[in-house]
Amino acid sequence: MYEITEKVELSHTVYLFRIRAPRIAMKRKAGQFVVLRLNEHGERIPLTIVDSDTGEGTITIIVQEVGKTTALLCEMGKGDRILDVVGPLGSPTHIENYGTAVCVGGGIGTAPVYPIARALREAGNRIISIIGARTKNLLILEEEMRSVSEELFITTDDGSYGHHGFVTQVLQNLINERRKIDFVIGIGPIPMMKAVSNVTRPHNIHTMVSLNPIMVDGTGMCGACRVTVGGEMKFVCVDGPEFNGHEVDFDELIRRNRSYLKEEKIAMEEFTYHEGKRCYERGA
Amino acid sequence: MDPKEIKERMKIPRQKMPEQNPKERVRNFYEVPHGYTPELAMEEAKRCIQCKKPLCVGGCPVNIDIPWFIRLVAEGKFIEAARKIKETNALPAICGRVCPQEDQCEKVCVVGKKHEPVAIGRLERFVADYERERGEVSIPHIPKWTGKKVAVVGSGPAGLTVAGDLVKKGHKVTVFEALHTPGGVLVYGIPEFRLPKKIVEAEVDYLRRMGVEIVCNAVIGKLETIDELLSNGYDAVFIGTGAGLPYFMNIPGENLVGVYSANEYLTRINLMRAYEFPEYDTPVLRGRRVVVVGGGNTAMDAARTALRLCPENVTIIYRRSREEMPARIEEIHHGEEEGLEFKFLTNPVRFIGDSEGRLKAVECIRMELGEPDESGRRRPVPVKGSEFCIEVDVAIIAIGNGANPLIPRTTPELKLNRWGNIIVDQDTGKTSKKGVFAGGDIVRGGATVILAMGDGRRASEAIHTYLTTGEW
Ligand SMILES: Cc1cc2nc3c(=O)[nH]c(=O)nc-3n(C[C@H](O)[C@H](O)[C@H](O)COP(=O)(O)OP(=O)(O)OC[C@H]3O[C@@H](n4cnc5c(N)ncnc54)[C@H](O)[C@@H]3O)c2cc1C
Ligand SMILES: Cc1cc2nc3c(=O)[nH]c(=O)nc-3n(C[C@H](O)[C@H](O)[C@H](O)COP(=O)(O)OP(=O)(O)OC[C@H]3O[C@@H](n4cnc5c(N)ncnc54)[C@H](O)[C@@H]3O)c2cc1C
Ligand code: SF4
Ligand code: SF4
Ligand code: FES
Repeated sequence: MYEITEKVELSHTVYLFRIRAPRIAMKRKAGQFVVLRLNEHGERIPLTIVDSDTGEGTITIIVQEVGKTTALLCEMGKGDRILDVVGPLGSPTHIENYGTAVCVGGGIGTAPVYPIARALREAGNRIISIIGARTKNLLILEEEMRSVSEELFITTDDGSYGHHGFVTQVLQNLINERRKIDFVIGIGPIPMMKAVSNVTRPHNIHTMVSLNPIMVDGTGMCGACRVTVGGEMKFVCVDGPEFNGHEVDFDELIRRNRSYLKEEKIAMEEFTYHEGKRCYERGA
Repeated sequence: MDPKEIKERMKIPRQKMPEQNPKERVRNFYEVPHGYTPELAMEEAKRCIQCKKPLCVGGCPVNIDIPWFIRLVAEGKFIEAARKIKETNALPAICGRVCPQEDQCEKVCVVGKKHEPVAIGRLERFVADYERERGEVSIPHIPKWTGKKVAVVGSGPAGLTVAGDLVKKGHKVTVFEALHTPGGVLVYGIPEFRLPKKIVEAEVDYLRRMGVEIVCNAVIGKLETIDELLSNGYDAVFIGTGAGLPYFMNIPGENLVGVYSANEYLTRINLMRAYEFPEYDTPVLRGRRVVVVGGGNTAMDAARTALRLCPENVTIIYRRSREEMPARIEEIHHGEEEGLEFKFLTNPVRFIGDSEGRLKAVECIRMELGEPDESGRRRPVPVKGSEFCIEVDVAIIAIGNGANPLIPRTTPELKLNRWGNIIVDQDTGKTSKKGVFAGGDIVRGGATVILAMGDGRRASEAIHTYLTTGEW
């Protein structure tokens, strides 16, 4: 059992959790994730490790409510216990001093971008960050991102805060201004990562994205997470989650992530209508 | 035994196991055979003529004293029989169910020369179930701690055997398992209707009661490396991580929605219980028309599982003919009874999807058998121009598994063969790295439960010697 030691609301559908998992906290590196299962009937879902505190023995995750499992997790609170947490999984981000690195986070994608931005900065990079959200109150980690960036740009789709528009527009502007950019990491919804890769491709800027396919085991055993990268089949949970954005078949990934739309809807309806199903290990 | 009695015994027909009728069982996940009653078991046990030089023992990879335990069954001493088996086989309820007996102990049984062989597997299963169901499983005496600690990586049959053997010798044993439930393929691969999960649970529980520590959610190579285990207090490590990397066919359309590896399909259903969705949260696509590609046990398990999700039909596509199918005869027979269809000498060449990327058909080509290959089986060759399409919405690929790279990637000193399997000394399970042993599917590639256990047995003896003498 893995106890939730702290819960913070970041926006009305996004929460930060600290979870006691001392061994994972010691081992994890930027770019890695955990797979967790809330209860006996639960699904295994992957979530990025955003941060860790080796003293406290906790890891930090940031979760957006999108379906049944994430909704149930977001109902849990301090003292409640998660049945299974396994990790750290995936390969850590390759960190080196590229020169100037642009870190692009879209929506909840800012959560995994933050530890990478911090690690890149510690390695000596100059960090320019672009973070965006649909609307102002969905924007997360603004202060954290500011603290690791030389420059921070903010965008909202509806113009309620920062630039009116998409993160890719800011990135395009930087390129048009002929700013020196040696490396780009973009994490967010798949269409956003695709757009970022399309913006940098003509300029040959090395661009990494972090893929979020549907997973089951997270150890390379099932192949659920397979994607096509550079024409080859890769398993995101062991070969990734980060890949060269210029080589990823994003459209295939989008289609594969829609595999269970019908089932996800049924699960969510069951969850909303049957109060009794909301079972998890409550804290004292 | 005098010749007259032998003759009498030979007259007894092989006793059938009562089983659920096919129409009923394709709609549930309960075990197919019900197992022998005590009367049937005693009758079957009488068929053994108690050979002085029993060939059956040599046919069993762990050399169970078969005539001895069968004599005890004939005398109605079921608990004693169970204890006799457990001297050499820690998991009889499992082996009695899943061993390919027809290729092992029963293949060489003398009675089988003229009649049907003694049903050794069924008897083994009966006594193990009898002992467990009566709660008469006794914990053996555990000697005082030797001061040595062993880490076992992977909780499949190989790892569990090593853990049981070494704890009985007084060593402390910790088993690290990547998934949330121990048992390896026994829990995530082999379906409930062939091996009920409560049996695996009981075996794991037995090990716990003997003092084995089992840590789930621990992916070695990620959470801790082999080197870290060795420097953090473990005196030896056994790697029993299985063959858990699914092969795909490298043909167009394999990433369409609806194409599964057998591992994913079976894991969703067995480990995550997707057949009880939405009671359980993990979904699986049930499909109207399902094809399974492959001819082994895994293909049969996937196909019979698919049948139980009530599609219109389930077809096995196999590139050779029925005679070459590696699956157990009993399983093929069960599958046919349940309504499984077969397309032999057929191979998929591409999967075809709709505009949303969902599988809608598979294009196949007919094959014919040519010259024998390295394995001695005749090589299938495509017949030019014989392509045809089948409409399907779920396809399950069951063409085998390779070695998972997580441990080798973080332990470069381990020598591997060209398929990525760990190379060991056959008699001891020693790897190229001091203090590290390996066995089961990670060494052999996809093999069997009993071979994995046999590897575990030999490795545990070598580990014990290494721990007591310190000599590598
Ligand atoms: C390596 C990795 C890291 C991730 N990190 C985070 C993170 O830090 N924070 C966060 O909020 N989410 C993260 N995700 C996504 C998260 O796993 C999914 O949101 C979650 O599985 C949805 O489960 P659900 O039952 O709530 O929703 P469901 O009802 O299952 O699905 C709702 C929606 O989410 C999509 N989805 C379903 N399953 C997955 C899945 N396994 N992965 C991705 N999308 C899925 C579906 O396409 C659907 O549109 C990550 C995914 C991966 C692969
Ligand atoms: C569907 C199917 C049906 C089968 N049917 C039969 C049958 O009827 N009869 C028969 O004799 N054989 C059968 N087999 C084969 C048999 O199951 C295997 O040969 C046997 O289970 C191998 O045992 P093992 O201990 O080597 O590995 P496994 O049973 O594969 O167990 C390995 C375990 O190690 C864990 N692991 C892997 N990597 C790590 C890591 N890095 N850290 C921690 N843990 C890790 C895995 O999660 C797994 O639990 C079948 C196989 C399949 C897939
Ligand atoms: S363990 Fe397998 S091979 Fe050995 S006696 Fe039992 S069924 Fe036969
Ligand atoms: S070979 Fe057959 S008859 Fe002879 S001892 Fe073994 S089981 Fe009995
Ligand atoms: S999630 Fe199963 S192989 Fe990646």
